[in-house]
Amino acid sequence: MFWRRRPSGESAGPAPAEADGGAATVPDAEIEAQLEAELAAADAALAEAAAEGTTTMPEPIGGPAGAVEPEPVGPADLGAGVARSRGGFVARLRGLFGLGEPDAATWEEVEETLIAGDVGATLAIEVVARAMERHDPAGPESAVRAELAALLAPRDAGWDLSPADSGRPGVVLVVGVNGTGKTTSIGKLAARERAAGRRVLLAAADTFRAAAIDQLRLWGERAGVPVVAHAPGADPGAVVFDALDAAVARGLDLVIADTAGRLHTKVNLMDELAKVRRVIDRRLPGVRPEVLFVLDATTGQNGLAQARAFHEAIGLTGIVLAKLDSTAKGGIVFAIEHDLAVPVRFVGVGEKIGDLLPFDPDAFVAALFG
Amino acid sequence: MFDALSERLRRTLGALTGRGRVSEADVEAAMREVRLALLEADVNFRVVKDFTARVRERAVGAEVLESLNAGQQVVKIVYEELTAILSAGDRTFHLAGSPAVVVLVGLQGSGKTTTAAKLARHVVRLGRRPMLAAADPYRPAAVDQLRVLGRSLDIPVYAAVAGTAVPEIGRGAIDAARHEVRDTLILDTAGRLSIDEVLMAEVADLCAAVRPVETLLVVDAMVGQEAVGVAQAFAAAVPLTGLVLTKIDGDARGGAALSISAVTGLPVKFLGTGEKTDALEPFHPDRLAGRILGMGDVLTLVERAQDAFDAKQVEKMGEKLRTASFTLEDMLEQLQQVKKMGSIGDIVSMIPGMGGLAKEAQDSVDRGELKRTEAIIRAMTPAERRDPAILNASRRRRIAAGSGTSLTDVNRLVRQFTEMQKMMRQLGGGRRLPGLLGRR
Repeated sequence: MFWRRRPSGESAGPAPAEADGGAATVPDAEIEAQLEAELAAADAALAEAAAEGTTTMPEPIGGPAGAVEPEPVGPADLGAGVARSRGGFVARLRGLFGLGEPDAATWEEVEETLIAGDVGATLAIEVVARAMERHDPAGPESAVRAELAALLAPRDAGWDLSPADSGRPGVVLVVGVNGTGKTTSIGKLAARERAAGRRVLLAAADTFRAAAIDQLRLWGERAGVPVVAHAPGADPGAVVFDALDAAVARGLDLVIADTAGRLHTKVNLMDELAKVRRVIDRRLPGVRPEVLFVLDATTGQNGLAQARAFHEAIGLTGIVLAKLDSTAKGGIVFAIEHDLAVPVRFVGVGEKIGDLLPFDPDAFVAALFG
Repeated sequence: MFDALSERLRRTLGALTGRGRVSEADVEAAMREVRLALLEADVNFRVVKDFTARVRERAVGAEVLESLNAGQQVVKIVYEELTAILSAGDRTFHLAGSPAVVVLVGLQGSGKTTTAAKLARHVVRLGRRPMLAAADPYRPAAVDQLRVLGRSLDIPVYAAVAGTAVPEIGRGAIDAARHEVRDTLILDTAGRLSIDEVLMAEVADLCAAVRPVETLLVVDAMVGQEAVGVAQAFAAAVPLTGLVLTKIDGDARGGAALSISAVTGLPVKFLGTGEKTDALEPFHPDRLAGRILGMGDVLTLVERAQDAFDAKQVEKMGEKLRTASFTLEDMLEQLQQVKKMGSIGDIVSMIPGMGGLAKEAQDSVDRGELKRTEAIIRAMTPAERRDPAILNASRRRRIAAGSGTSLTDVNRLVRQFTEMQKMMRQLGGGRRLPGLLGRR
């Protein structure tokens, strides 16, 4: 039984026996002690930071120390982050658009260029057809840009990953297929949130992949946040439940849960994810978890099938586009946002802890065209 | 796997087979569909251009227009061209040298570490003594991951002290392998971007230091248009000998394999078909091309079955598949064995013409319908199991009551079984392209 006795002074609620039958393989006392130690260390670091007037981090976040205020990234920032990947693509589009009045062959090349960026053949054909209809006086680049921007989901400019109110923690559930970069994204996200002054707890609910828990622990150390973990093979729902309990007991702001990578075609594994979601809903009714889908930017057209299946199983609220520093263009995002109206929230642009940037749709479309 | 592509091609080419003669315009229309299908399957757009041009050239020629079986000709050409591309290079998994050194390279998250463990297990079955080595000093816990996998397979894992240069790790691993009398060394490397010059130089140095007999690029089946660029960059830096295509058990169409083989000439040597360490299969281009065309893959089915069944059973089953004398009794027996063989979706997807049913079948397992099917068959008399044709309404009602299911369930099972038998009968006719070549 994973249920833990609370310290005196706080009444433990009725044990929700139906909540989860998962057996914790790590003794409760051990988790408790470990968590105490990690929390104490994190608190000390925060207090120290406050005293010094700077935020001390195991690694600097996003450049010079002190520049840790999470700001929406401007076109220049995103452009710089993905500059390496855009050169060829942009140059080609530019070249195309410099040729004057576009003829059929030019439009075909535009279509091909979009396809080469993983936008997808069907969508690329549609976008080009609509762009031609526009007869945009500013030229085809402007027309295609406008059509691409129109595919993106509407989003609230003031959005942030905010913790729930009334003393209950916010919950972020991070999901995706194998090898997209979930654990790495969580490490970066934890550092970002902590730098914003939030008290974060990580839940190691990837109990399947060999050494996934160790990997998350190392990221936890780097980001300076504690990690709740059970033994490998434990029930992921139980891990999440425990983490939520711990966060409530300590009055923490945010719980970020890692999950095992799973192919979206494996129905039983998708059901397992839905169960984790139910555990959250039951433990913290009314707290709407942020469900972030991590998508590898090198993914082709299968990305849409992935996003659809995950959305259907647990309801996605946002996307992290990882590995955008590669040569890939991430063009599948247009189809996904258009189809599911789930916005990309962050982009991963490297392996360092500061390499997570807020997604700016204008900058993303602009970066496509240089 | 590859379902959507085979569906599309089947639809397009099916329209062609419906007529006796094919005009140039028909071929053009078909090629437009083929182009779209291949692009949606993430085949690189340049490769698609070449491919459709080649097929068009061959199809619009006299051989098709003069032929009475124009549809057959086009199907044959598409199949041959697909097979030709997928047959590129030497697919033998070479293990020369003492130790024979295998290096795995690729992008982050493509599945190198899992593949390393799978290859180790594979060579153990070849009677060899492998050692795994972790040359990934960057990703947190990468070494731990390999250690855990090695422990589960009882294969030693070499890891250097933190801070050791990667080529040094390679040399150290070779020494360790010799010392422990290991004849195969499988080196897992860090995931790296093909444009990261420092890390690409590092892996080049590693290969220069360990002189691998096999340098395999691990490619995620879900990767998009960039597959070709990535493969070319790796091929320029290290002496690549082939590919491992991973995560093919999802529904990604895996056009990357076609693209990379077409552009670099590198062969696919293995397919990664699951998360467990035994989910590694040799690659067969003709079978894969056949699967793309919806011809199924009975050979792979039989091969996989061999691990779970004894030879006599396999022979019996192969015979039953050929002669379509497969009964509900056999199906029951099958259901018991399926659990040993892997997911039912995998199995069904290999039966010709049933690719589309694979997902459905997997779903039904997950919904517990396997149990229901079992209950229904168990509620039948032996005579009924051998010949479902005798199942009249009253028998069906009795079976439904006896199995605790509904009449609808019983009817569905009988219908599905009849369809399955029909498929197998078609296959048994010995025709080369069942289901695609007209409807005589």
